[in-house]
Order: sequence, then structure tokens, then C-alpha cells
Amino acid sequence: MAEGKTRESLWVVLLTFLKVGAFTFGGGYAMLPIFQREVVGKRHWVDEQTFSDFLIITQSMPGQIALNTAIQIGIRIRGNLGGLVAAFGVTAPSVVILLLIAAYFYPLLENNVYVQAIFYGLRPAVVALITATALKMGKEILSGLNGIILCAILLLIIIMTGLHPILALLAGGLTGLFFCRGGGCN
Amino acid sequence: MATVILTLYWTFLKIGLFTIGGGYAMIPLMKAEIINGHGWLSTAEFIDIIAVAEITPGPVSVNAATFIGYRLAGISGALTATLGVITPSLILLIIFSRFLFKLIQEPAAGSFLNGLRSALIALILVAAFTLGQSAIIDLTTVLIFLILLAASLLRRVNPLYLLAVGALCGLLLFPYGV
Repeated sequence: MAEGKTRESLWVVLLTFLKVGAFTFGGGYAMLPIFQREVVGKRHWVDEQTFSDFLIITQSMPGQIALNTAIQIGIRIRGNLGGLVAAFGVTAPSVVILLLIAAYFYPLLENNVYVQAIFYGLRPAVVALITATALKMGKEILSGLNGIILCAILLLIIIMTGLHPILALLAGGLTGLFFCRGGGCN
Repeated sequence: MATVILTLYWTFLKIGLFTIGGGYAMIPLMKAEIINGHGWLSTAEFIDIIAVAEITPGPVSVNAATFIGYRLAGISGALTATLGVITPSLILLIIFSRFLFKLIQEPAAGSFLNGLRSALIALILVAAFTLGQSAIIDLTTVLIFLILLAASLLRRVNPLYLLAVGALCGLLLFPYGV
């Protein structure tokens, strides 16, 4: 843990993660370089190696990337309380900003033609981002034939039966246990 | 009201628990629960919320949870939904972190995750397609979609720039008065 170093004050932990939460846009992977600069470069709370270990765990477990990374760093420097403080810090700015938007800005949308025009252009942009994410993930993950076949079969099943995402994820995971052994899917 | 709050918490807890790998992994499940399941939002509203969540700071699903929670049940709804979406991360990392570290190193966990990710890609593609039906509605939006998709596949562009281009195209090309 943090032996040999001075114990970091919880206020510093809180302020650091508030800053990360308030100034990183785009979520997920877009937040990671700023995280890294703050906690590895500036504060020296964890080294590069630990940071990338955290990232591996983050990618293999439920939850948001930025949130999971923050909690792990918080726990590493100040135990469970540090984890809670980090989670609060990285989330609180979003909650405040989104509350302001939901309460004051979004209601304006309905009657303002320029806001409607902005969203008219934003919507296909969002769909492009989501599609690109899936295609990039596919290129990265589905290099083995088994993975591609599994993805194609599940794609057909989801389209034809409207299978609930949780069931589709579990079906994929269980199939993976049998067909992706020994790195067969990557 | 109390039922709405409990349903919100449970729904967003599920979303938090099954968003593996972060990012857009939550979109298929959010869509299934929020549009198809509860009918809380229309597809167009859902896309608007993702757009707002993306152009504001912080994790996208936290942003989306706050926004959707507020629309359904005010400030208490916003806080409940947000708490729901971060609960799985907190519990897993604070209580089960040692177990989790060991589990992830097991080869079987790797195989399970590989299969799960294949399913995730299929799910995100289907979600993108159904969202697209509400977003891509005329020639202008087809072009915005194709150009931004190509830009994002060919180069590593910050999503914010792509959204800015989309918003600008919308302002310039919106069929005003039609």
C-alpha cells in the first residue's frame, strides 16, 4: 500500500477527483490520460505499472472505466474510505452539471428551433460514434474465427428474437467458456 | 413516487452491473430497460441524453443516470439513479476486490470475458442500428452519419470534435420551416 509515503489527506483525494470529474469530457477512455497525468505524473500516488494493472481490472469488471479506476486509486492511497471519497469526487461534478442542464436547459429545447437544429445534427453524430465504437472493438477483439462466428450468430439471434442484453451477454460468456479456451477467440 | 424511486435504483443497478468494460457497453442495456422495458423515454430523447452526457464532463453513464432520473422523479430520482449505477463498482471494489483480482487471473475468466465481448459487440451494433432509425431520417442526416463514422474509423479523433461538427451541420442544414 502507501507505506513509506506520507498519508495523503482525504481532502486532497477529494479535490483531485473532483477536478478530474469536472474537467474530463467524453467519459471512459477519454478520461484516462487526464487521470494518469493527475495521479501518476503529478501526485505520484501510483506508478505506471500499477495504473495499467488497475486498467486491466477495470476493463474486466462491471462499471464505468473512470469510476472503477478512481475507486481503485482511492483504495490504494487511503483504504476503503479513500475509495468512497474518490467515487464521490469523480461523480459529484457530473451530477451537479447534469441537474442544472436537466432543470434549466433541456426544457428550453422543446420550443427553440436552433436547439432543435443542433440536436438534429447531434443525433446522427452520436449514432456514428456508437457504431464506430462497436466496429473498433470488433477489430480489436474478434481476430479469431471463433469470436467472429460467435458474434455473427449472436447478432442474428438478437435481431430475430430481441434477446434481452443481459441474457445475450451471459450466453456469450458461457459460450466463450467452451469455445474460447486457450486463447481461441483472440 | 416511492415505487418509481425503487424501480429507478434497481434499473440503474442492473445497468451498472452489466456494463462490463465501460463506455458504450451500457447503451444496449439502457435502451432495453429505459425505452423498451419501462417506456420512460422515446428513442430520440434517449439519443439526446447520450449526446448531452457525452458533451458534459464526467462518466457518460453517470451523466445519463442523473439526467434520466431527474426527468422521471426530480432531484431524488437523479440521485437514486446515479447511486444505482455506481453501486456495483463500489461493492465489487471495496468488498470483493481481492477475490476479483484472483478471479480475473483465472484462464476461464478470460474465456468468459472473450465470449461476453463478442456478444457485447453484437449488442452495440444492434443498438446503433435501432437508434439510427430515429436519428438518420433524411439525406442530410445520412451524410452526417457516414462522414463522421468514416472520420472516427480512419483517425483517432476526440469524440467532442465529432459532436461539434454534427451540431454545426445541424444548425446549418436543419430543414427550417419545412
